[in-house]
Amino acid sequence: MELKTIQTRRVPVRYYEGGSGQALVYLHGAGGPDLDIGFLGALAEKYHVYAPLHPGYGDSEECAELRDMIDFTLHSWDVVDALGLRDPILVGFSMGGMIASEMAAVAPHDVSRLALIAPVGLWLDEHPLPDVFSMLPFELPKYLFHDEAMGAKAIGANIELSDPAFLQTFLVRNARQLGAAGKILFPIPERGLASRLYRIRAKTLLIWGESDRLVPPVYARAFQSSLLRADVVMIPEAGHMVAFEKTAEVSAAIHAAYSN
Amino acid sequence: MKFTWFNLMPWPYLPDHFREKNHSVWVDIDSKLFDPVKSHEVYNTYLDLLEYAAGLGFDAIGANEHHQNGYGLMPSPNLIAAALARRTEDIALLVLGASIALYNPPLRVAEEFAMLDCITGGRLVAGFPVGTSMDTNYCYGQIPALTREKYREAHELIMRAWHEREPFAFNGRYTKLRYVNIWPRPIQQPHPPIHIPGGGSIETYDFCIDNTYSYSYLSFTGYLRAKALMDGYWERVAQRHADSSPFRAGFAQTICVAETDAEAERLYSEHVSYFYNRCLHVYPGFADAPGYRTIKTIQKGALSQYAPPMGFQNLTWKDLVEGGHIIAGSPETVRQRMEDLIRGLHVGHVFCLLHVGNMPKEKCIYSTNLFAERVMPKLRATFASEFSDYANDGRFWCKPLENRVRPGSLPASVDLGELAAKEA
Repeated sequence: MELKTIQTRRVPVRYYEGGSGQALVYLHGAGGPDLDIGFLGALAEKYHVYAPLHPGYGDSEECAELRDMIDFTLHSWDVVDALGLRDPILVGFSMGGMIASEMAAVAPHDVSRLALIAPVGLWLDEHPLPDVFSMLPFELPKYLFHDEAMGAKAIGANIELSDPAFLQTFLVRNARQLGAAGKILFPIPERGLASRLYRIRAKTLLIWGESDRLVPPVYARAFQSSLLRADVVMIPEAGHMVAFEKTAEVSAAIHAAYSN
Repeated sequence: MKFTWFNLMPWPYLPDHFREKNHSVWVDIDSKLFDPVKSHEVYNTYLDLLEYAAGLGFDAIGANEHHQNGYGLMPSPNLIAAALARRTEDIALLVLGASIALYNPPLRVAEEFAMLDCITGGRLVAGFPVGTSMDTNYCYGQIPALTREKYREAHELIMRAWHEREPFAFNGRYTKLRYVNIWPRPIQQPHPPIHIPGGGSIETYDFCIDNTYSYSYLSFTGYLRAKALMDGYWERVAQRHADSSPFRAGFAQTICVAETDAEAERLYSEHVSYFYNRCLHVYPGFADAPGYRTIKTIQKGALSQYAPPMGFQNLTWKDLVEGGHIIAGSPETVRQRMEDLIRGLHVGHVFCLLHVGNMPKEKCIYSTNLFAERVMPKLRATFASEFSDYANDGRFWCKPLENRVRPGSLPASVDLGELAAKEA
């Protein structure tokens, strides 16, 4: 995958590009794209993959003008337009799944294939989602991964926060990335999507890790019941980071759904 | 010098081993630890102490705003100020302050401060904090990365409401109002003096300089460590070619006075320990929501006061005193330390935290009296000459009416005949 930059109306956007075939746009989650690289590589074996970074993620420029859900949604459409794509396969993970759903809801005729990997955006009072914003790194693995020990290693959960230089780097990264994500996810990751899901016309695939403890699988059913045509693929022995833990299975599920 | 007597109003019944057994003193603190019946006495004792201090020569008594916590029981500082407004006559009331981004619409603050100013005859000194991340983001649900923008807009609305004399429309991003036209309006025109609690961001320095507000800093690690931050403020003041009036700045300091240094340790050590170990037991994940602090501020190294990475728990009395976290000891020790503080930070306002942790009222009265009688007058004398260039700097303090009514001055009975004669 190659990291490139494209200009949009508001801000230059960094994006990963690789592979060939039908265009596929991937929107990352609130944690950023770092753990997605392997999955993007797997997708690139079949598709021409574009994975834009949300402003503020990685080394990309922040964008203070993006404040709310409609800003995020239209910005993401601006990126698709700037890349010159028409009706790409739209894939979104977690926060990216929330944004992808909104994109498909505001422009239902422009998205015919939508894959949502453990998306957020709905809220069930009887299944409240944990507050990731207040979590310290060591608390994350149990919510994110089926295999906590492996996950802890992958995200560097046992970092030493008492080293001031390291702490500062960590806090700046958090402020940039989770600060941006907080605009649509804080304090509750729900911005009215439930009332708009009916507009989505795409053939939708909902992919979930069976042991997702951040957005439990009951949310797959909640999405499915509000969508016109959606299939659920439940993947065993995988947590919220299902595409990281079960890369081959997730990319195969997408390929199976959209290979015509 | 302006000395404000301040009490954070902590819950004094946090159990032993609170730190070990509880997740946090703030946000998700165990609600069963709060006993409403006991709070009846706690609140009234704290209010009594504020009123008591009002009679000892302090310039102001203060209240502040915090939510869902055992550290400070004032979700509404204006209720405390209102209670004090009627029970005090001459002292300034300093509300430091109302978190303007949390009110909907923020105009509520303009109205309530105006009410307080009218009731007290112009004795209000007002404050506009952004609020801690625990309060603002985790308890009151404000989006961290938008909090400061919302705060700025709330400030603009309040200032326009106080300055403009015709109804106006306010089309903000966070607040839209067709008719802004507050009643009542403050006695102090155009508005009471404003103090801004800050945590070291350059944006806040500029905000204070641009608007002629006093910058106040609260540090639990004390005045020695605050020096670098306050030096940064004064450098900025100089860069911006503003004058260096000490009243442009204030500092909050925990103070404990006894006859001797040893007696201070014996009397107050357990209460100071209660404060640092229980009242400041903030779960670090609540201290600083991502996006609450600007990148520039983080890069300057100004981190949360409430949950420092190294914690407070291992500090002994000696560490706390020698490190300047607290100023404690005999009147002479305290005087010397306070001089160092005031001179070192160049502050005209000191917010004296003379109640600490679970200190009983008797000890608080004792310590407060010693400070008022044997420390404060000497500090006033010293700094009257050191700060003499700004002796008449009235920009950062209230200007009460000369002829104020006395609360409770109704006659015991009335004679309508007399009234009729007077009216004739």
